[in-house]
Amino acid sequence: MTFTLILEQTFNGLQAGVTLFLVAAGLTLILGIMDFVFLAHGSQVMIGAYAAAAITQATGNFYLGILLAVPVTFASGYLLEYLIIRHLYQRDHMEQVLATFGLILFFNEAIRVSFGPAALFSDLPPSLSGFVEILPATPYPAYRLGVIIVGLLCAVGIHLLVSRTRIGAMVRAGANNPEMTAALGINIKILFRFIFATGACLAGVAGMMLGPLTAVQPGMGEPLLILSLVVIIIGGIGSVRGAFVAAIIVGLVDTLGRVFLPAILRLFVEQATADGAGPALASMLVYILMAVVLIFRPTGLFPAKG
Amino acid sequence: MKRFITVCAISAAMTAGTAFAETVKVGYMTTLSGGAGIIGKQMQNAVNLAMEHKGGKLGGMDAEIIFADDQRKPDVAKQLANRLMKSDRVDVVAGVIWSNLLMAIHKPVTRNGTLLISSNAGPSPIAGAQCNKNFVSMSWQNDQTPEGMGKHMQDAGIKSVYLMAPNYQAGKDMLAGFKRYYKGTIKGEVYTKLGQSDFQAELSALRAAGAQATMIFQPGGMGINFVKQWKQAGMDSVSKLYTVFSVDGVSLPALKDAAIGILGTQTWSPDLDNAINKKFVGDYKAKFGAYPSFYAAQAYDTILAIDHAIAKSGSKDTAKMRSILAAGNIPTTRGNLKMNTNQFPIQNIYLREAVKDADGVVTTKVTGTVFTDHADSYASQCKF
Repeated sequence: MTFTLILEQTFNGLQAGVTLFLVAAGLTLILGIMDFVFLAHGSQVMIGAYAAAAITQATGNFYLGILLAVPVTFASGYLLEYLIIRHLYQRDHMEQVLATFGLILFFNEAIRVSFGPAALFSDLPPSLSGFVEILPATPYPAYRLGVIIVGLLCAVGIHLLVSRTRIGAMVRAGANNPEMTAALGINIKILFRFIFATGACLAGVAGMMLGPLTAVQPGMGEPLLILSLVVIIIGGIGSVRGAFVAAIIVGLVDTLGRVFLPAILRLFVEQATADGAGPALASMLVYILMAVVLIFRPTGLFPAKG
Repeated sequence: MKRFITVCAISAAMTAGTAFAETVKVGYMTTLSGGAGIIGKQMQNAVNLAMEHKGGKLGGMDAEIIFADDQRKPDVAKQLANRLMKSDRVDVVAGVIWSNLLMAIHKPVTRNGTLLISSNAGPSPIAGAQCNKNFVSMSWQNDQTPEGMGKHMQDAGIKSVYLMAPNYQAGKDMLAGFKRYYKGTIKGEVYTKLGQSDFQAELSALRAAGAQATMIFQPGGMGINFVKQWKQAGMDSVSKLYTVFSVDGVSLPALKDAAIGILGTQTWSPDLDNAINKKFVGDYKAKFGAYPSFYAAQAYDTILAIDHAIAKSGSKDTAKMRSILAAGNIPTTRGNLKMNTNQFPIQNIYLREAVKDADGVVTTKVTGTVFTDHADSYASQCKF
């Protein structure tokens, strides 16, 4: 367990956390700020990955694939809100859960019908498949480093959008008191549609970046949805800053726990027990963390004010 | 005169038809929905192709195949098995990809006196102490394939290896089978989460461990993820990758060139040189536009086995069919298959390498035979 290994694993955790943040940030906007329970957020990840992979395949250019997939996911979010979601705002949470769960099934089946059940081919362009030396003799995949940078840029962007711009102020006002905000002459409907589409687009970006790393297949976003729900609970529902901090913590805990926990357990119990209990405990670690946070800070680490 | 003969022939055919008016019903269970749906789809394609090759009949009897989607859930599999036996009244229950699902339906089906044929899963308890004479495997026992990998790596003189498999029963079986024949140093044995998508953390640890070779079992989508990330992390310069059930007809279309050169062991390969396999692979490619996976080949073999059993015994009676299958010599895509006393195949284990074919499509090619007529390690524990 050398220093370089720990550093490398920290980068891995950071990259996992940043990807998770993109999904969780969208969910924070939709669930936290708009108070709408949206389970099909994982499907937006899948749509983003498929859009990027399909366009990349058609044009033969990875960057063009990413560039064109962003408006595609924004448009799909916009359309989804216009066609279905806006009719569900006034319903109670249980009905929103049922309706958006139905949407998961719909999207998975729609993707299966249009692209087939097999995983789609997607790979890195040669220009991104190199390595960067984070320390002498410690190569790290350039693409993963790129993911961290894009994720951090998105995080700064969202932070500025929500807390520094006029739109952000309107969003916060709309979340606090929609009637009064509407009375002040702000078109709440269009505003919410814009937020929803932005949230969907963020999840889509996460999917696009995951595409070259993992299997692009129906249902690929669902494991991320569960983790991102954990993230927004730990971070405090409705807080973008909380989502960011929690996503990084969850990414680090999950990654470092997975790698080091079995080794640490081996110091205390015998090999066979450690090999059995280690992976099981590591996969529970994130949920244990959530439980601990809920005991001491029931509203999360950075509860949204108001 | 010619017309008279035709009429005679038709009436003869019709009387023969009435004599064989029985219909054999096969319940075919596989996973058609969810992330593993592609595996089930390939198996379904292969079953349909086999029925087409047999003219819609099995052993001369009219046949009906009822497909059931187990959704990869043991409880659903159990319900479906009951429905197939009690309401559809099938003569044979076949298919089943996953070991845990097979364990769930093994007792109910075999106790009911229905013939159960596995197209894929081969968990050790069913091959050993819990075996039942109404169960026949047309695939392999879980340990057989990794045993081949262990033997190959041992023979190749590889000094140290790092092992990785998902944290569930089949994962543990696979590594146990590998270790039965590999006697070198094991630098690490890591159990990953079932369904894990990002292995970067494990790869970093692997790099630090510095083993000469790495052996993985990561079936389906996990295999795609692992191999992609292995290449992206430049692991080839650190360790040599060996696989079982991870680089196959399911993952190759998504991996393409990234998979080239990776070695694995398997009981079947698209290029096995026998008439049945050539016809199967050729027609499958022509009809579905892609190479079949071993899952598809085993599904095809399952239908051939049922056809063989009925044709030889002239009956769809469980005891009669099983006695034919137990005798072995079953025509399959793997040649004439021998059967062990526990009704698991005794077969060759081949070394396969991922290569490009003449059309530039990535597939697997047999590069050697690790075991000839390899029997599983549990047959001695099986007493009917």
